[in-house]
Amino acid sequence: MKVLVAVKRVVDYNVKVRVKADNSGVDLANVKMSMNPFCEIAVEEAVRLKEKGVATEIVAVSVGPTAAQEQLRTALALGADRAILVESNDELNSLAVAKALKAIVDKEQPQLVILGKQAIDSDNNQTGQMLAALSGYAQGTFASKVEVAGDKVNVTREIDGGLQTVALNLPAIVTTDLRLNEPRYASLPNIMKAKKKPLDVVTPDALGVSTASTVKTVKVEAPAARSAGVKVKSVAELVEKLKNEAKVI
Amino acid sequence: MAILVIAEHNNGALGAATLNTVAAAQKIGGDVVVLVAGQNVGSVAEAAAKIAGVSKVLVADNAAYAHQLPENVAPLIAELGKGYSHVLAAATTNGKNFLPRVAALLDVDQISEIIEVVSADTFKRPIYAGNAIATVQSSAAVKVITVRGTGFDAVAAEGGSAAVEAVSGPADAGKSAFVGEELAKSDRPELTAAKIVVSGGRGMGNGDNFKILYALADKLGAAVGASRAAVDAGFVPNDMQVGQTGKIVAPQLYIAVGISGAIQHLAGMKDSKVIVAINKDEEAPIFQVADYGLVADLFEAVPELEKAV
Repeated sequence: MKVLVAVKRVVDYNVKVRVKADNSGVDLANVKMSMNPFCEIAVEEAVRLKEKGVATEIVAVSVGPTAAQEQLRTALALGADRAILVESNDELNSLAVAKALKAIVDKEQPQLVILGKQAIDSDNNQTGQMLAALSGYAQGTFASKVEVAGDKVNVTREIDGGLQTVALNLPAIVTTDLRLNEPRYASLPNIMKAKKKPLDVVTPDALGVSTASTVKTVKVEAPAARSAGVKVKSVAELVEKLKNEAKVI
Repeated sequence: MAILVIAEHNNGALGAATLNTVAAAQKIGGDVVVLVAGQNVGSVAEAAAKIAGVSKVLVADNAAYAHQLPENVAPLIAELGKGYSHVLAAATTNGKNFLPRVAALLDVDQISEIIEVVSADTFKRPIYAGNAIATVQSSAAVKVITVRGTGFDAVAAEGGSAAVEAVSGPADAGKSAFVGEELAKSDRPELTAAKIVVSGGRGMGNGDNFKILYALADKLGAAVGASRAAVDAGFVPNDMQVGQTGKIVAPQLYIAVGISGAIQHLAGMKDSKVIVAINKDEEAPIFQVADYGLVADLFEAVPELEKAV
């Protein structure tokens, strides 16, 4: 079966971002960008399904700026067969991204679509669920185990109290949680080979997708800083401070 | 203006997160209506009707809603939601699962994990693992929002006397089925609601060593959490993880033991009132956010602390 994987270009997870002085957003100039960690897990899962003989073709798709081609090349180096970039240099909200992905799903007709559970920049945790709603497919969010069995996929999900397993009819949408797998690294020969794999670029307009949004960002601020703490010398001093100064125990 | 709050529950008891979500609804202002969707949810509806400030409780009792599968509950909520100015759910794994599906069905954007209500259409929410706070404004006809529980003080669970009304909605969509669940058992307070949280990281060394944290937690009446490193190393189950990708907590006292303090972990606990760090590495980033830091070997300090409190 065909598997579609969505990947997002985001600021690298190790970077401590700074808010711009004019409060219009965070400063992303000259900051290292990478594939969103949850998307790496999604690509890895698709590649493992192919290695098991379940998936026959993996299509990586990204909705984002021209530079997101780098992340698609990474997905190709990791094992995706071809890639599609829906190019938009505007900052898109989850619903617009889900609509663009829906157009690609309509065209490609994959049996399984794998996304990360959330992007570490916007922290929204929405796109997979929205795509499921728009396409009318079942959704298996926060997956820690995915097993395709015939015309169904069993997804074990990480929920607040533990784990839950659901059986979904295919085609279905799965979003990855951290413990689904450990993504591999791209080898140098595979990075070279990935340069020759097909990468198509389309625009939301060409797909007939509106990227208008009902939500706008008014302001971005730095969070309130915590006042500097003190180092205590002993457990006795710590207990004394917690009891008498902070009064929390 | 009326606000629909989706109740968090397990078919038997109302989830505490519902009370924080109702608090957020009251800040927005307007009639607060609570929807309880599930199976045999009579006791949940009764509890919801007693919440202070709730004007009405809608009950959708149907086997299709038993496990709140999003394919089944999202169409119900979207259909009911059209009549409201806001639809709110707690930012639990449950709320995060079905609410974006509701938003897409209504063709509106969703606002995730608000921590503050500025006005009826403007909200604050953390982005970039809590390293920035965005103020966002929605022009949507129905504002679909998840609420971060730690951002709002819970309303009183008693004192209300709302009318309970049965509603019905679409039947089983036939796209998904519940197979089973494995819930971690714990006698300690729930992590997200605990007044005191004791968390362990990679420095604990192994799962067995967590027993010194359990002993301390039991003495303090605290919940026990963990960093991702401790979960990935298999020391403890993943529902104990505190952080950007785990649970968000804001207790009165957070004691971080053997945790370095990566930004993903801080995203889950830096709104705690008092933070204590016990770590033998005095350069660990956790000391930059800790109110009280103790540079010491945790295997000596934690048992000593347990005896002292």
